[in-house]
Amino acid sequence: MLEQPWELNGSVAIRPEPFGALLYDFTTRRLTFLKDPRLVAVVEGLAMAPTVGEALDRAGVPAAERAGFDAALHRLAEQRMITRRTA
Amino acid sequence: MTLAPERPAATGTRLVDHFEHGLDAPICLTWELTYACNLACVHCLSSSGRRDPRELTTEECFGLIEEFESMKVFYVNIGGGEPTVRPDFWEIVDHAVAHNVGVKFSTNGFRITPERAERLARTDYVDVQVSLDGATPEVNDRVRGAGTFDAALRALRHLRDAGMQDTKLSVVCTRENIPQLDRFKEIADEHGAMLRLTRLRPAGRGAEVWNDLHPLPDQQRTIYDWLVAHGEGVLTGDSFFHLAAYGDALPGLNLCGAGRVVCLVDPVGDVYACPFAIHDRFLAGNVRGEGFGSVWRDAPLFRELRSPQTGGACTRCSAYDACRGGCMAAKFFTGLPLDGPDPECVKGNATEALAAVAGGTRPSPSQDHSHSGPVRNAPVPVTIARRPPASPCDESPVGPGRDPLTTG
Repeated sequence: MLEQPWELNGSVAIRPEPFGALLYDFTTRRLTFLKDPRLVAVVEGLAMAPTVGEALDRAGVPAAERAGFDAALHRLAEQRMITRRTA
Repeated sequence: MTLAPERPAATGTRLVDHFEHGLDAPICLTWELTYACNLACVHCLSSSGRRDPRELTTEECFGLIEEFESMKVFYVNIGGGEPTVRPDFWEIVDHAVAHNVGVKFSTNGFRITPERAERLARTDYVDVQVSLDGATPEVNDRVRGAGTFDAALRALRHLRDAGMQDTKLSVVCTRENIPQLDRFKEIADEHGAMLRLTRLRPAGRGAEVWNDLHPLPDQQRTIYDWLVAHGEGVLTGDSFFHLAAYGDALPGLNLCGAGRVVCLVDPVGDVYACPFAIHDRFLAGNVRGEGFGSVWRDAPLFRELRSPQTGGACTRCSAYDACRGGCMAAKFFTGLPLDGPDPECVKGNATEALAAVAGGTRPSPSQDHSHSGPVRNAPVPVTIARRPPASPCDESPVGPGRDPLTTG
């Protein structure tokens, strides 16, 4: 995943909250909470970054914390909150 | 709606801890469109029946929807009264959908015709929730009125036949229908619907019948075990977090969200802390004056609810972390202190306090839109009559007296 281009699913909206953000998928009606503002920055930055790894760099995620962010992004992918960018 | 927190690593703070401080906008907003209703259910939370002449106009409803959109309130639960009796109901739903505000509306089903069901099935972002409070006509019609079981089942059939996805079948759990939980699940399954169980609240007309209808102690355990066994397959709207004191937390937030993540907008635009708390004590403001966003963000009542709460006597209880003292509205309308145990505390800690308020110090309702004359389908309460006054002073000489035989 880290070497691939990803983006927020087109049917998902982000709402900022004091603790981070909530994501809402209008298609599945599923609500998910991002409890770390840096994860919000990563998710928002996906579409503009060539790869997921680059989005993590741009959001200032240090190498030591990569594994935790990687796991969180995988869960978001399973829920189809984020999808692989094809174009 | 599924609530699932995502975080990069365990940072120590639970989602509910964040929620206690309140969100920038509600995630579960109930909007009651009208106090008018073609029924007269004995346990109506909003004491509905007659339309209020001050109800929001179509234009005001449109404006409110646009404010929801700008606040990213992605989803509203529309109810009433019976919302479909508003002549502009479908126009309001269409306006919400066009503005990215998804709708789930509650209905007794009388107006869900095959044509309407077809149209609903073709509309994204609209969910339908049909109310049914007994799995047989005998149990259901005694609280909802004659013919209401058949009307609800007819609506479910129309929706299924039209190909509607994810219809909700919504049941208020009562002493009489708890033995029917399995049958409710079968009815839902037969109609491709999702079962939703909620708690009987002593709010509105529900206060009059709560003593007779709320679950017996062993039935509380039945509900809890049933919910644990069915897990995510049954919706509850976080109704039963007071039962978490039995042991494992139930799916959902397990937190009172009043004024923090939920609120209610009533037909005249009044904003209350939650759908079960239509009373001046929990009135935060009105959308007509300040606008909804301002009430949500700044109302003194909501700020108070978002500040650290004292658990009162409950903090000494081993289960406090699980049940958080239970439901604020249930305590208020049964006359219990808000910082003490829930009237249905599974540890029995409210028993003495409840006995002490039996003398008639329950708060009186601050609004009542009940029908004042006969209603076509009105339930005929044989054993479920309003509680007799404990003392002559219990009856207000100037209050809106109601005859149980005509209005239930």
